Amino acid sequence: MNFDFSDDQKQLRDQARKFLAEKCPPKAVRVVLDGKTPYDKELWKGLAEMGFLGVAIPEEFGGAGAGHLELCVIAEEMGRANAPVPFSSTVYLAAEALLIAGSDAQKKKWLPAIASGEAIGTLALFEGKGNPSPKNVKLTAANGVLNGVKKPVADGAIADFAVVAARTGSSGRDSDISLFLVELRAGGVEVKSLTNLDPTRGQAEIAFKDCKAEPLGAAGEGWSILTQVLDRAAVLCAFEQVGGADRALEMGRDYALDRIAFGRPIGSFQAVKHMLADMYVSATLARSNSYYGAWALSTNAAELPEAAAAARISATQAFQHCAKNNIQVHGGMGFTWEFDCHIYYRRANAMALGLGSLSYWEDQLIDRMRKKNAA
Amino acid sequence: MNFDDTPQEAEFRATARAWISANAPKQYEEELRKSSLGRTVLKNADILQVAKAWQKKKADAGWACLHWPKEYGGRGASPIERVIWQQEEGPYGQLSRMFIIGHGMCGPTMMAFAREEHKRRYLPPLASGENVWCQLFSEPAGGSDVAGLRTRAEKDGDDWVINGQKIWTSGAHYSDYGILLTRTDPTVPKHKGLTMFFLDMKSPGVEVRPIKQASGASDFNEVYFTNVRIPDHQRLGEVGDGWNVSLTTLMNERSAIGAAVSTGFPELFEYCSSLILDDGPAIEDRAVRSKLANWAVKASGLKYTSMRAISALSKGERPGPENSIGKLVAGSMIQDVATYALDLQGAAGVVSGENAELAGRFQAMLLRAPGTRVEGGTDEIMRNIIAERVLGLPGDIRVDKDVPFNKIPTKGRN
Amino acid sequence: MNFDDTPQEAAFRETARRWIEANAPRELHAELSKSSLGRIRLANHDIVDVGKAWQKKKFEGNWACLHWPREYGGRGATPIEKVIWQQEEGVYGKLTQPFQIGEGMCGPTVMAFGSEEAKRRYLPKLASGEEIWCQLFSEPSAGSDVAGLRTRAEKKGDNWVVNGQKIWTSGAHYSDYGLLIARTDPNVPKHKGLTMFFLDMKSPGVEVRPIKQANGMQEFNEVYFTDVVIPDSQRLGAVGDGWNVSLTTLMNERMSIGARLATGVPEMFELCSNLMLEDGPAIDDPAVRSKLASWAAKSSGLKYTSYRTISALSKGERPGPENSIGKLVSGMMLQDIATYAMDLQGAAGVLTGNDEETAQGQFQQMLLSSPSMRIAGGTDEILRNIIAERVLGLPGDIRVDKDVPYNKIPTKGR
Repeated sequence: MNFDFSDDQKQLRDQARKFLAEKCPPKAVRVVLDGKTPYDKELWKGLAEMGFLGVAIPEEFGGAGAGHLELCVIAEEMGRANAPVPFSSTVYLAAEALLIAGSDAQKKKWLPAIASGEAIGTLALFEGKGNPSPKNVKLTAANGVLNGVKKPVADGAIADFAVVAARTGSSGRDSDISLFLVELRAGGVEVKSLTNLDPTRGQAEIAFKDCKAEPLGAAGEGWSILTQVLDRAAVLCAFEQVGGADRALEMGRDYALDRIAFGRPIGSFQAVKHMLADMYVSATLARSNSYYGAWALSTNAAELPEAAAAARISATQAFQHCAKNNIQVHGGMGFTWEFDCHIYYRRANAMALGLGSLSYWEDQLIDRMRKKNAA
Repeated sequence: MNFDDTPQEAEFRATARAWISANAPKQYEEELRKSSLGRTVLKNADILQVAKAWQKKKADAGWACLHWPKEYGGRGASPIERVIWQQEEGPYGQLSRMFIIGHGMCGPTMMAFAREEHKRRYLPPLASGENVWCQLFSEPAGGSDVAGLRTRAEKDGDDWVINGQKIWTSGAHYSDYGILLTRTDPTVPKHKGLTMFFLDMKSPGVEVRPIKQASGASDFNEVYFTNVRIPDHQRLGEVGDGWNVSLTTLMNERSAIGAAVSTGFPELFEYCSSLILDDGPAIEDRAVRSKLANWAVKASGLKYTSMRAISALSKGERPGPENSIGKLVAGSMIQDVATYALDLQGAAGVVSGENAELAGRFQAMLLRAPGTRVEGGTDEIMRNIIAERVLGLPGDIRVDKDVPFNKIPTKGRN
Repeated sequence: MNFDDTPQEAAFRETARRWIEANAPRELHAELSKSSLGRIRLANHDIVDVGKAWQKKKFEGNWACLHWPREYGGRGATPIEKVIWQQEEGVYGKLTQPFQIGEGMCGPTVMAFGSEEAKRRYLPKLASGEEIWCQLFSEPSAGSDVAGLRTRAEKKGDNWVVNGQKIWTSGAHYSDYGLLIARTDPNVPKHKGLTMFFLDMKSPGVEVRPIKQANGMQEFNEVYFTDVVIPDSQRLGAVGDGWNVSLTTLMNERMSIGARLATGVPEMFELCSNLMLEDGPAIDDPAVRSKLASWAAKSSGLKYTSYRTISALSKGERPGPENSIGKLVSGMMLQDIATYAMDLQGAAGVLTGNDEETAQGQFQQMLLSSPSMRIAGGTDEILRNIIAERVLGLPGDIRVDKDVPYNKIPTKGR
């Protein structure tokens, strides 16, 4: 059994960690947090130069052609650094959708641009409240023209293109949904930034009004493609969440070692110690589930749907748990803007919703386990 | 067992109700009713002015600081009368938030330790809201461990000279006076070298800076002291007896009975009653119901715990310790409730602010919630209090108890 | 990243599988597959007899105590080979329950501290199951605080005379030998006055009494020692060095990797799949799903955590600390799952018989047994301490009894 990343992959992780420690310190995150820029453009460029943006994109499309395991280790580091860049929307959602369903021409046009950092992409799926479901897609497509409003769209205000889920039928089946690719700088698109829990990652509302769009994948295949995209993104996001959870745990641990109260480090009080031990437990469970998800993703295994849902649930819970109790370990100082604890608290709670809520993924996991048991 | 007033209580309630209905600033009722966590903000009026006006009106009619003696601006009311007043005052009670520290902590400390002339001079304007007071105890180095504070007071002739920094001071920027706990002798064990004062917040050398919280709002301040002079007659209690004096203050903080703690439950129940999920009304969903029901019984448990305390007061008894669970239960509950409310919104839950679902009410709650688990005693300190004072378990081992303050380590690692 | 064996591992697995197929007591397969928590019971056999027969067969085929050196009855196998054997042995591994303490704790201690003569005399018989060993550490006054034990051993000539009482001893009633830690000097601090021995459980003065547990079963014993004589040649390690010797024993206990922990999740999933609630199958109920999904994710987290550990072994690396979470997570989960399963059964959940509607009472049994899972082999609290201290590097608890002579340590809280 070799249920671990290879030495090369671990080296890549070290490289990414070093790079991000240098280029993405908390100070850089705060520039975006304080609204001075919508994302860290320098960092984005640097990530492209390091080959991180296209790590899972085949060489023929301008990527490094490495694979999803490599992408997983980078994702973990992005989460650890709370990188304020449109990485998840561009790389996990847009690029994966293109890889799964893009025509050769579409791949040729967009994937090299993603790898080089020239194009930011996203997925426009949600239309207000509710979870991923064909029923909730009201935006219509007719004759290659889209009409409707998507909200929230992660990184929508800075994206160059979006993969848009649209209704092309009314049979009540999954086949009513088709995907389209839209250049957001073109006509018929109106983008509005939205305030959100995590200012280090933008959210937008995008209104499409008689907007021209080209199909992505076959008509009526939209939902099945989306399901695959969401499963892959669930695993990749889980790694970001694991990275964030580990960082929050580390911050709490360090503070507990340094901070003196009642004449001793607060980490010597069991109330604090046990809180940290429980954080370690949930972070470890999440990491192991995410590894399984990584294996399933990288081998395109039949287990992917189940593994992705388990990774998603476990990592969401761990990041939320670690981020919130990291503040608690820090006490009042943890609740100041000045300390970095809230950055992870915000990110943890925003990420918990980004691909559909925890409740949604819990529901999915049971469906998928049942399917497996029935088979 | 019943929830009825005694005849005297009923009469008192009727008088209070009549006065309130004749005098309260009704134009703000709706807005005050809605505000939940954090500082109350009014759209078209300065809350400070509105609150001061209401307090003044109350004081003029004998409804301010009900339980204080009349000569210091109160009404000499019984504890149960005070609770009845709070119930009747209802949402207008939100307006007294900025006086809570002064009325609940500073006033009682002054009453117990200040000279008679000071009491007569400072307490009535404190009761009437003319002067606002703040409390200067917490420091960056002494959070849960209040006695670990470092702000120095050194004797210079008839004055004391103060240097140091306080943190988490509510309302320091609009306060006229403050009670201040300082270290007057760093060579004795930490609890023994403290002394309490009160001071004019406009004294030269006092600088107030707002703290930006994790939620983005600024409800608190840091206060810096640079060679601030306080005359010795403003000392409260003996030199070196500051810790005992501060216990009076803190005891009064924790005895606030009948004050409603926010749990987030009524808001969530209301939300779920109208929310439509993908499969139908949220309130019909079993998963939602199971969570709601769990929170409902916690919220009602808190409510009836406080009613038990009120009943004890009504009978002239000393309330039991059960009221100490309120903040502990409500703090983590409000965090869980907010998290779940966002979960119900799905991906859209990430959007915050005025344009979000319910004007971002639950998003704001989520961001404010970590503060409630820390302020006025962390969850861990509250559990210690319950374990030690209620259940009688032994205290933590205090390694710094007999150590001179200046020999206590200040860093855990080098 | 993959789940495949290396070629050597595959070859080893193949050999093991073939031998097991040819030799395992297949008639017991179905029965063994079903039993989950607590001691195994077979309908028509005594588990100790069947276990001894299987162990003997394994020993003869060279499959007993795989990781032990050959000269002491083992196979000299690598850690990963041991894991592969366990995977292949599958449910038959449950038959080794009576030997686990001997193989995992007593054997390694004798190997590290026994004389060569003792090792050759005792270890092969331990490996073959001919002689069963038990471990005598815990005492009524020393649970989590093992070093607080009081059983006395006093030197008389070449012998030691032992008086005292041990508790929670698994299998004492069918054990031939035992590993015993006793206090030889009460005048020095508690960790320094301990000495380790092994003894014949049939020695005069040893009395074994079963403990009736909270769940009604009897899996453990109390063992009383009255003037029991142990020759000095059966001492393990130096006089006063018993604490260090015991750490070897306990480390070995916690090293058991790949050992499957019962979580209750598969049983729960099956229950929910079959159970009809008022509105339809339990598994379609959103409240049920939400809980089940959380547990399933935890349980798969545990499974893949142990896979990560196995992978480290496979690469010849020392496994990381992550395996330490297993018992902590599964213990609490079992309790929660059992409680919820009974909740789903409604009022019938109270019945503990073999009824169809209560899934043969398995969750009732789980509920009653689960508290011990959170205590035995290290309480939840001790496990959190271990994680916090050994994994996260946080400071240890303040030990007030560290430098105090043992006989000066208070023995009562009040």
